[in-house]
Amino acid sequence: MSVNEVEQKWEPKILVFACNWCTYAGADLAGLGRLQYPPNARILRVPCSGRVNPQFIIKAFQRGVDGVLVAGCHPGDCHYTTGNYFTRRRFLLMRRLMEYMGMEPERLQNRWISGSEGPKVQQVITEITEEIRALGPNRKLRDDQWNN
Amino acid sequence: MKRVGVFVCHCGTNIAGVVDCAKVAEVAKDFPGVEYSVDYKYMCSEPGQEMIKKAIKDNRLDRVVVASCSPRMHETTFRKCVEGGGLNAYFVEMANIREHCSWVHMNEKEKATEKAIDLVKMAVAKVIKNAPLQKATIPVTDRALVIGGGIAGIQAAIDIANAGHIVDIVERDPSIGGKMAQIDKTFPTLDCSACILTPKMVEASSHPNINLITYSEIEKVEGFVGNFNVTIRKKARSVNMDVCTGCGVCMEKCPSKVDSEFELAMSKRRAIYTPFPQAIPNKPVIDRVNCTYFKTGKCGICQKVCMAGAVDYSQEDKFVVTRYGAIVVATGFELFDYSVYGEYGYGKYPDVITGLQFERLVNASGPTMGKIKRPSDHKEPKNVVFIKCVGSRDVAKGKSYCSKACCMYTAKHATLVSEKIKDSNVYIFYMDVRTAGKGYDEFYNRTREQYEANYIRGRVSKIYQKGDKLIVRGEDTLISRPVEVEADLVVLATAMVAQPDAAKLAQKIGIGYDKDDLYTEAHPKLAPVETHTQGVYLAGACQGPKDIPESVAQGSAAAAKVCGLLSKSEMLTEPIVSEVDERACAGCEMCVPICPYTAIEMKTISERVHGKMLERKVASVNSGLCQGCGACTVTCRSAAINLKHFTDEQILAEVNALCL
Repeated sequence: MSVNEVEQKWEPKILVFACNWCTYAGADLAGLGRLQYPPNARILRVPCSGRVNPQFIIKAFQRGVDGVLVAGCHPGDCHYTTGNYFTRRRFLLMRRLMEYMGMEPERLQNRWISGSEGPKVQQVITEITEEIRALGPNRKLRDDQWNN
Repeated sequence: MKRVGVFVCHCGTNIAGVVDCAKVAEVAKDFPGVEYSVDYKYMCSEPGQEMIKKAIKDNRLDRVVVASCSPRMHETTFRKCVEGGGLNAYFVEMANIREHCSWVHMNEKEKATEKAIDLVKMAVAKVIKNAPLQKATIPVTDRALVIGGGIAGIQAAIDIANAGHIVDIVERDPSIGGKMAQIDKTFPTLDCSACILTPKMVEASSHPNINLITYSEIEKVEGFVGNFNVTIRKKARSVNMDVCTGCGVCMEKCPSKVDSEFELAMSKRRAIYTPFPQAIPNKPVIDRVNCTYFKTGKCGICQKVCMAGAVDYSQEDKFVVTRYGAIVVATGFELFDYSVYGEYGYGKYPDVITGLQFERLVNASGPTMGKIKRPSDHKEPKNVVFIKCVGSRDVAKGKSYCSKACCMYTAKHATLVSEKIKDSNVYIFYMDVRTAGKGYDEFYNRTREQYEANYIRGRVSKIYQKGDKLIVRGEDTLISRPVEVEADLVVLATAMVAQPDAAKLAQKIGIGYDKDDLYTEAHPKLAPVETHTQGVYLAGACQGPKDIPESVAQGSAAAAKVCGLLSKSEMLTEPIVSEVDERACAGCEMCVPICPYTAIEMKTISERVHGKMLERKVASVNSGLCQGCGACTVTCRSAAINLKHFTDEQILAEVNALCL
């Protein structure tokens, strides 16, 4: 297979950290409503977006994920009162760090999707998939010892 | 090495119609740790669950992955199932290949299958690292606290007490009764409010299981479900409750008169007072701000005239700590301060009053003995204008929500005006008329047709004085014409808003509140009286505008929840909580302020270092308080705190698996 062919076959792999109470429920609702979106995102359930350690995000990029979305309840609506405020602060810092590392900061995204916003899940995942597709594969941080 | 079993569900054609389930099961066989893999039509069905239990036994499986619907749907089902198969309930993980895969990728079967395989791979990687967790039991204190002695709180307390539990009602005013005690008649039946409320008040005060703690406030709430330690500030009444006979002589003789809060400043009360004659407890308190003795040190008349010797100027605020199993918050509402609407002439025109003031004017025990007289010259008004939605449904100046009860109470006021004043005219300016409820719309129609109230659809732009009349200028939007009404009295239907200190109390208790400081329920539909803090329930208008029937219903609903909780002496707690690795904890205390439940405290441990006993501080999680959000885990610089069932290792294993 030529390099070009590999490139054409490439599909972005997106990891979504979804909080159990809002975004995960929103994604369930999108399913109930049969709202179709690209199959590139893999949703990982966490109790709260505030549980997402920046370490998880960096590891994900090292392992070759092309984009990461951290999604939680709307600010002020956190099931645990304040969890997503910490997410918001960490996200801003993480984006700065990514710029510093030479990564496209757009590879890390942060959205607030409530449990009743099925259509927003569809819209956000579609949007982000396209954005990451336009950026191309993540090569900067990818550590090939993990990818045989 | 763990032995994982993978069970792929077809969910009829819900999953199998898109995802190649047989292929997923086949591929899963090669994942590290997987011993057994199979697909089946309905995993959640009885035969499906039996299949899992049998497979656990036959293949000596110690971890299970079910690839099916959302864990929010069936996690409990499969936890019970693996428990039945002899495993720890937390040795199962679910891969959501229905809501997150087959249903949302219906036209991309191949890619959906690929995604399903990935999701199963992630679940397998996680489940291998699952630790056995046990639900713990905590004791439950058989005593409930009701904060607020309005109708919702009274109803909740009576219901809990009737079920055999001890209840304390804490009320900050000198008497229970709340806003309902101020109301004259209730819609749609026009029952006398006092006639239906006072028997309830008496029932609450004489019930052997209910203690009234009036003139008291909540100072501090510590602890967790089943074991709340609540500090109550008993404000100094300056009257010894045990000795006072409630004869009322002190109130007659007291020389200082101030505006009565109960009568909304339309009449006076004394500095030693009960808010209203039917108050419960019917024993006075001294308002120290206005009492001559407390201001100048002279007077002391009430003490001299008290035959029982109950007046005690030396009393001080007392703090009592009591342990409760459950808390009902029923703190009610306050009226919107309509001074933001300059066009209604707040404070300028004495004959512009609020709906609640009108209730006092028509009330037989009110300042006018039930005769409707305008405050300025005590004349009987002929033309009465009502303005609805004052502060409600106004995003710019007031509240965005509808206050719900105003349409009905304005209709009630209109009928009362027509009944009490002959040849009177009633004009009602409205935005919409919202009268949903049993018998409500019929009542509204009666007001319009039988009592001939003039409903004018439009807003009022200005009120100004002309002679002894108030000119109300507005627009009738149905005919697109400006209208002017010469009014003798204007009544504003002001919005119901949260108590001014609602947010402060919410922070003390640790419950959520919205942008309007109204308390948030755990789920707007399915958990309307629960809060996100276990063991704390809501009743009445503190959660959102409500009329009396709804407040009573919610009070009873909250009581049912409390009874459910208090009916057992012990309760099970969710084991998904944070735990501290004391060896790694550096004692930096970063995790303490981040915890929204104040579940983390520092404790001192002693350990042997190089043969010497040393003491150091480490964090310690109170598993009864911890709700398992995991915020502390990210803050911990030495990675000493981990959240059970969502550990760093488990999440990283999932991330790794996704990228393999």
